Amino acid sequence: MTTLDISTSGATETAGDAVLSFEGLTVTFRTQFGEVHAVKGIDLDVRPGEVVALVGESGSGKSVTSTTALGLLPGNARVSGTVRVGGQVVGSLDKAGLRRLRGNDVAMVFQEPMTALNPVLTIGDQLTEGLQLHGIAYGKEAEARAAELLRMVGIPEPERRLKQYPHELSGGQRQRVVIAMAISCDPTVIIADEPTTALDVTVQAEILDLLRSLTEKLDTAILLITHNMGVVADMADRVAVMFKGDLVETGTVDQVLNHPRHEYTKRLLAAVPHLGEGPGQFGDVTPPEPVPGEAAALDLRNLVIEYHRIGRPAFRAVDDVTFHVDPGEIVGLVGESGSGKSTIAKCALGLIPSRSGSVSILGQDFRNTRGRRLKELRKRIGVVFQDPAASLNPRFPIGDLIAEPLVVHQVGDARSRREKVMELLDAVELPPAVYNRYPHELSGGQRQRVSIARALTLEPELLVADEPTSALDVSVQASVLKMFTSLQERYRFACLFVSHDLAVIDLLAHRVVVMQNGEIVEQGAREEVLRNPREDYTKRLLAAAPVPDPGEQRRRREARHALLTSLGEESAELHL
Amino acid sequence: MSESPKSGAGSDALLAADQELVPEAKSYSANQIVLRRFLRHRGAIAAMVVMAVVIVVAFSSIGVGAIPGWWDKDITTAYDKIGTGAPTWEHPFGQDTIGKDYFALTMRGTQISLFIAFGVGIISTLIGTLIGAIAGYFRGIVDSLLMRLTDVVIIIPLLAIAAVLARMSEGDLNLLILALGVLVWTSLARLVRGEVLSLRERDFVMAARAVGTSPGRIIVRHILPNTVGVITVSATLTIATAILLETSLSFLGFGVQAPDVSLGSLISDYQGAFLSRPWLFWWPGLMILAIALSVNFIGDGLRDAFDPRQTSTKE
Repeated sequence: MTTLDISTSGATETAGDAVLSFEGLTVTFRTQFGEVHAVKGIDLDVRPGEVVALVGESGSGKSVTSTTALGLLPGNARVSGTVRVGGQVVGSLDKAGLRRLRGNDVAMVFQEPMTALNPVLTIGDQLTEGLQLHGIAYGKEAEARAAELLRMVGIPEPERRLKQYPHELSGGQRQRVVIAMAISCDPTVIIADEPTTALDVTVQAEILDLLRSLTEKLDTAILLITHNMGVVADMADRVAVMFKGDLVETGTVDQVLNHPRHEYTKRLLAAVPHLGEGPGQFGDVTPPEPVPGEAAALDLRNLVIEYHRIGRPAFRAVDDVTFHVDPGEIVGLVGESGSGKSTIAKCALGLIPSRSGSVSILGQDFRNTRGRRLKELRKRIGVVFQDPAASLNPRFPIGDLIAEPLVVHQVGDARSRREKVMELLDAVELPPAVYNRYPHELSGGQRQRVSIARALTLEPELLVADEPTSALDVSVQASVLKMFTSLQERYRFACLFVSHDLAVIDLLAHRVVVMQNGEIVEQGAREEVLRNPREDYTKRLLAAAPVPDPGEQRRRREARHALLTSLGEESAELHL
Repeated sequence: MSESPKSGAGSDALLAADQELVPEAKSYSANQIVLRRFLRHRGAIAAMVVMAVVIVVAFSSIGVGAIPGWWDKDITTAYDKIGTGAPTWEHPFGQDTIGKDYFALTMRGTQISLFIAFGVGIISTLIGTLIGAIAGYFRGIVDSLLMRLTDVVIIIPLLAIAAVLARMSEGDLNLLILALGVLVWTSLARLVRGEVLSLRERDFVMAARAVGTSPGRIIVRHILPNTVGVITVSATLTIATAILLETSLSFLGFGVQAPDVSLGSLISDYQGAFLSRPWLFWWPGLMILAIALSVNFIGDGLRDAFDPRQTSTKE
């Protein structure tokens, strides 16, 4: 429609060369609340060996667009326009034709490898299934081919892996298996729908390396769907930006990321926190420096947390962790999944017991506090969880949700509680009209604002925030983070900020604690840890985080490969 | 080609998607959505109408206790028999062997059966919810004890123990209701426990615990409102079970004792008359069918309304 095509004229070719092309694609869904116009007439081509990134925020229609290429939309969808894969028009194929198309010509890499793989079938069964269905190889031959595919995507001991089940593999290896399945029938185009969103940042870098070598060595085209601008900068040749079903801008990665023309693209890019730029990226004020002297807001000493398992030795999730959070200070707790960072947050809230070591909050030991004293102590701690949809009781209107802590601690009367709620709604920049709304009527960002308002109701001295922005779109994240810093300045709470996103930590934290496998790898002032990391793990973590600038990202990628080589490791690529 | 350029002036509205709220859009609470879905379920609505008619007619016709109804005959007087006692304008449901008005008897039986059904439904729902919620929330030893207790109640043959307890109630209706109520709560307790086990791990319960909310308040204010779907559905089904259980007991002679009647005891008393005076069997049978069916349909409608994923009706 109003697409600004800023591709250079030489790059524009006829649709005939494209392995995947959308022409005037429109998709509408019939729902019980009327028609939803998900995709509004877009044109897009993907050529051999090319990575086209389709970016946009949730609900922009990017996944719907890609799904039309496989003819996999649900029954209530109406598709018009033409989708071509190779020379075939998807809409004109019958069911058998569609089945031949899927896998053979176009394959899919899904977001969550654990759910994309069938947990009760071995890796071998799942890999050979596609080969046999499409008549490429049978029996022993198919098995040999499957092992070959696993070797290609860099999985060691492929013969043994074929007999294993998905749960026996790590997240990164599972995604490699999914990629192996996608390339098993040698498709001309692969649709990768958020292929690294569920993965840790170091694993993400490996998977991206693998996908990149796929286009280089097999000349496969990739339609990459993502919301992560760093991934776009790392991978894409061309970028198409979607907004509410429209394609608002297309162009080369350099044009779109470095010289965006459309207002939406500009805003989207401005909202991406940029690792290495530190605080003040969105024009925020620098968070206030803490005043040492008083009792620490949170003091963990030699903390050990174990999870008991029936019939097996206890699992040590957190091992000998010592750090503290000073009053008014924001400490970023960083680590990959399974590093124990959320476990520490829950322990600091007194929700799970520690095995040994001490947890003291505002000078009081949690383990020796009971009954009324414990309740008084809880009054001084606030909490924000990752998923605002899950952390707000769906049966409470917003006003009651925010006032609930006041009711529990019997603070004030109905009128003063209402006033407090209104003040907080104002502080988190929500209109007073949401007072009588229910959580499901709000957007994700609005819900997280409610969740933050609730955490601040009792004016806590310590706030524990467990991945508070991970479930949000990037522009929403930016506004929530902006609000968060101004709230911190206003209420001066100390904060334990748990996140896997180094860029967000870089933006907020005064000090950073890096964790791996339940242990602290490195801790210190933000500048020190994020600019001059001493430990290999921190270096690797920093090197793997992509930045939304293609040129800089290329340099970072090469630096990362050099780092890996110096550490005696190989970077991931396709082995032919 | 495009009617609304998406750049320039409209950019603020365009980008601050997070800020925009739709105050004009109609607001529905979770309960209102459930109600809307329920009202769209035709079977359930028809069942509601049938149920309402049965209740209104049963209670208004012969009255309750000292309050008289609009029907001029009672259940104890033996009227002059008209012919064989087959339905006439005077006695629309016919007369029994000694000339009692069968319409009055059936209405009295319906009253008693409904009373028992709802009484049992309420008692068993209270017990089941309480036990299920406590077991699910506290887990561990409390859970084990309560669930083994549930198992014990389940493994006792229902009809046998119900017959013994009903005997012990010696015709006292309230005791009979209590006796049945303490027997049929088991399935609800298990359902509620399962729901609570999953709800207690949700972040909003974590958030409530972190604030310092007491377990009682968490259960009552945060968890139970979220299990209301399971509870209402199960309660309606329990009501249907109770009606049939009471009918079986009365049929066997252990339920409601003469001179009072229930739908079950009417059928039991006149089972021999099935061939000679079929109306004595059909009227109470029809009432049982109407009540049990409509309660089941209402339960079905509620289940669909609370949990659209399990819907059995077509979209």
